[in-house]
Amino acid sequence: MSQAAERDWSYYLFVLPALLLSACVILVPALLTLILAFTDWDGVSRPVWLGLDNFRDLLSDITFWRAIFNNVKWTVIFLTIPMAIALVVASLLLTRRRSQRVYQIIFLLPYVLSPIANASIWSNMIFDQRSGVLGYLNKRLLPMQDPLGHVSTALYTVASVDIWHFWGYLAVVFFAAMRQVPTDQLEAAYLEGAGGWQIFRHVTLPNILPTIALMFVMVTIFSFLTFDYVYLMTGGGPAHSTELLSTLAYGFAFRSFEVGKAAAIGLFMSLFGLIAAVAYVWMSRESVRR
Amino acid sequence: MSRSHSPPALMARLLLGLVVLVSLAPLLLVLINAFKPHAEIVQNPLSLPGSLAPANFKAAWIGGNFSVGLVNSLLLTGTTVLVTVVFSSLAAFPLARRRIVIWKLVTLYFLCSVTVPIQLFLFPLYFLYARLGLIGNVFATALIIAAINLPLSVMLLRTYVLTIPAELDDAAFIDGATPWQTFLYVILPLMKPGCVTVAVIVALNTWNEFLITSTFQQGDAGFTMTLGYRAMAGVMSADRGIMMAGACIVIVPIIAFFLFLQRLFVEGMTAGAVKG
Repeated sequence: MSQAAERDWSYYLFVLPALLLSACVILVPALLTLILAFTDWDGVSRPVWLGLDNFRDLLSDITFWRAIFNNVKWTVIFLTIPMAIALVVASLLLTRRRSQRVYQIIFLLPYVLSPIANASIWSNMIFDQRSGVLGYLNKRLLPMQDPLGHVSTALYTVASVDIWHFWGYLAVVFFAAMRQVPTDQLEAAYLEGAGGWQIFRHVTLPNILPTIALMFVMVTIFSFLTFDYVYLMTGGGPAHSTELLSTLAYGFAFRSFEVGKAAAIGLFMSLFGLIAAVAYVWMSRESVRR
Repeated sequence: MSRSHSPPALMARLLLGLVVLVSLAPLLLVLINAFKPHAEIVQNPLSLPGSLAPANFKAAWIGGNFSVGLVNSLLLTGTTVLVTVVFSSLAAFPLARRRIVIWKLVTLYFLCSVTVPIQLFLFPLYFLYARLGLIGNVFATALIIAAINLPLSVMLLRTYVLTIPAELDDAAFIDGATPWQTFLYVILPLMKPGCVTVAVIVALNTWNEFLITSTFQQGDAGFTMTLGYRAMAGVMSADRGIMMAGACIVIVPIIAFFLFLQRLFVEGMTAGAVKG
């Protein structure tokens, strides 16, 4: 570290605006949530202290358990399917030297569009019985129901739209990581007669493993926070079959005005998030040490 | 080269082609159906439009109240980007240079707040905003989205400052520069590329943001473009042609913005994500 420029009190002023904003918007309301989780509050009148009642209610609420189970399902789906597609497509892109840039742009298009637009496009133009492609096929070729309207398929349907939107991001990140694999290692493997799969398994994969691990953690975090596509496409229905912790909390806060219960779910989500956050901070530890 | 015609290379091409088709097909459906009357869409959503008459677009522009939405979206995005870039570039400097004793604590705080769920602070914040009469206020909402984007922006810009040699600060200090002058004339010009990357990513995040925007921008006067489109979907969903024209109006500016700045997008998205 440089010694000439000393530590100076005025440096604190540089951090102050960011810290102040973050404290007002995130830290203080988060602490309030911590308290509200133990109260009965409609958002307007005085909160009433309840102790652990909110948590007791939630633990005996079957919808709450269903939401947790759906969140776990969602996490498993997102840790496997988009990860696998992104890895395969990213390694295929390595072989397309001239067109890789164009491919990347195309794959990112769904990612940069707003969830409101994407959800509406899929609901209206693909799944809808009257105006969608599936409805069209239903009328002409083979019987097909709107998969969003069925308890058994709704969650997977919403997840597939979210995957369609999200996977391109993973592909671009993996591709960027793969391009940093040292070429001398790749050449050595090639000269020793290694095949495409062997090169991927023994050279590419070990090199990009830190990136995969970080994405693993990020996807886990996002899977527990996911809200947009479910809320927009099914609102948690039909019959709570797509309910997630985030949509359940939102409904408690803004539909039935049981803010205490919503806060309790928020706290619960944070607890799950905390596990992933510890992993995330641990992985970013070199940025603190450096 | 003969390698590119081998069976594996052909497979690779076919597979990539399939992925391209799946990525683009829904967007193409929007484009062709935006020009069709509702009856034609119901008959066959895959048919090409008979004419390129802009009637649907006119109806959608009015139905979605997009002239209000455009102004609100621009104000919301502009304010969020400005606040995020200014605050995070300021914070990045002393954190990277370890100029304050608590730099480790502050860095850890920002790292942790990357992973905090919005539901942990959303509910008290909403009712607080409601009591203060800030619901529907674009600038107040922008502060929330800025706070959410701050941590990652600080971390990203911090790594930018780390690439600037500390000898430059020392030289400025010896020449009698104050910390503020060092930041303004030495550090800031050198981290401008980082600021631009952060600005582009934050602009996209804000334009597309749904949870905060839909919760805090209630009432027609506060609607952004995407919220206007959502409100229109509630009223006009009976006419899919107008709906898809509305979708076009919402997505075409983002696509144009993305294509124009795609290099910056890819750089911003992969910065910090690629480890090794």
